[in-house]
Amino acid sequence: MTLQEQLVALMTILRKEIKRYLRIWMQTLLPSAITMSLYFVIFGSLIGSRIGEMGGFTYMQFVVPGLIMMAIVTNSYSNVVSSFFGSKFSHSVEELLVSPTPNYIILLGYVIGGVSRGLLVAIIVFIVSLFFTGLHIHNLFVVVVIVLMTSVLFALAGFINAVYANNFDDISIIPTFVLTPLIYLGGVFYSMDLLPEFWANVSKLNPLVYVVNAFRYGVLGVSDVSLTIAFGMIAGFTLIAWFYSMHLLNAGTRLRQ
Amino acid sequence: MIPALTIENLSKEYTGGFRALKGISLEVQQGDFFALLGPNGAGKSTTIGIICSLVSKTSGRVAVYGTDIDVDFAGAKKNIGIVPQEFNFNMFEKALDIVVNQAGYYGIPPLLAHKRAEKYLRKLGLWDKRNVSGRMLSGGMKRRLMIARALVHEPRLLILDEPTAGVDIEMRRSMWDFLKELNEDGTTIILTTHYLEEAEALCRNIAIITNGEIVEHSSVRDLLRRLHREVFIFDCVDPLPEAIEIEGFSVHRVDDNTLEVEVKKGQHINEVFARFNETGIRISSMRNRANRLEEMFVNLVEGAA
Repeated sequence: MTLQEQLVALMTILRKEIKRYLRIWMQTLLPSAITMSLYFVIFGSLIGSRIGEMGGFTYMQFVVPGLIMMAIVTNSYSNVVSSFFGSKFSHSVEELLVSPTPNYIILLGYVIGGVSRGLLVAIIVFIVSLFFTGLHIHNLFVVVVIVLMTSVLFALAGFINAVYANNFDDISIIPTFVLTPLIYLGGVFYSMDLLPEFWANVSKLNPLVYVVNAFRYGVLGVSDVSLTIAFGMIAGFTLIAWFYSMHLLNAGTRLRQ
Repeated sequence: MIPALTIENLSKEYTGGFRALKGISLEVQQGDFFALLGPNGAGKSTTIGIICSLVSKTSGRVAVYGTDIDVDFAGAKKNIGIVPQEFNFNMFEKALDIVVNQAGYYGIPPLLAHKRAEKYLRKLGLWDKRNVSGRMLSGGMKRRLMIARALVHEPRLLILDEPTAGVDIEMRRSMWDFLKELNEDGTTIILTTHYLEEAEALCRNIAIITNGEIVEHSSVRDLLRRLHREVFIFDCVDPLPEAIEIEGFSVHRVDDNTLEVEVKKGQHINEVFARFNETGIRISSMRNRANRLEEMFVNLVEGAA
């Protein structure tokens, strides 16, 4: 395929992905807006007002970056895992497999689709957060890069989950039993300073700690972890996930007989 | 002329050790209308799966219009259109989107993709249903949609795996006409089917596969010529006597008014009518007992078992 033909194929996958989640917006876009609004009301306004300051900011301001990042992570992941598994389940993935579209374009199409949903939900949640608190971005570059890298990483993770999944239970196990606990223990609602030293060190094994803190640095200018380590960790995991996903596609794992 | 499809010593062994293909070789010429026949589990779908990359081969060589799939699979895929046995499109997408998206996967820009989609949806009588989602279409419409989808990139080789399974007679006939027209316009067609009447009506050449091996690869005409006998059923006007014999022919009295007569190679059906006249048997109608190709197919498959 020429470069132009590959671009057409990429845009086709992307258009299809965006159409899919916009068509079912009540399942894909709305829940995050509602859930986050509840978080803002309960943790930010009601409970947060009694907690006082955290990391030098009001509790509401402190939790907003973590909550936005939570929306990005879950939406990027779930978009790819449900879309790719759905196409595997209905065998419509064969439309792509029989075509000359290269595997990296297939992967890129699904990943950008997941990223676009993650970003769209992030914008929605950000707008909702403005009703509760004022935010100004401390470092736009860090915000943009961390958001993009994180959504790419979790879109890839969703892809890997979809390849291995045999049924619909398999696509909800990882988000429920792995992703959600890691997010909640990733410093969305608290600063690492509040933890005893032992648990603070254990927390540093959680990749979500780096994602949440790097993004919090971009928005508020404060972080519990080194920004360099955070960037390095996310970039490293992203590269591993990309090459592993490509290996799965090239080998036809669970896709070709 | 380069063959449309070349298969050399193709083998497939699935995990668990089942050998679906045992080194088959096959050649389909450009412009041919070719039938790949065989009982269930013979290896037809595995062969097709390997050609279009849904199944990985264990060994052997496959080339499409001279392009080896191990060397340039993307190049080979551009020449192939595939209509699978099972419905494999997103049931929630609209018919038009399904066809346009498929064009996109072949690098066809949106404007041209829409023109092509309209052309094939119209030809297959689906243009009125273009905005209907896949799940709302009838079985016959879904099959036609898969044909339109397979044609949107205008492949030189169209492979149809049981395209008329579950389609009513009228629809089957109209699909036959469409495929004949497509073949006359230069598209090479490979068809797998369980309806041997379909293969006899459409195809010029044939391969019969059973237990992962090709047991016959010749023209339909040659195959039929090799039939040693044919059985005709005669409906008689008057009741037949209990014991009936016709000199030179083997007969079987089915009921009071029906008689089966076996006509061997070298005998003529006129002779049967001459005997009927001699014995005063009046005939109201006659037909073949079974599809001729079916008879040959059963002989070959049973012979290989």
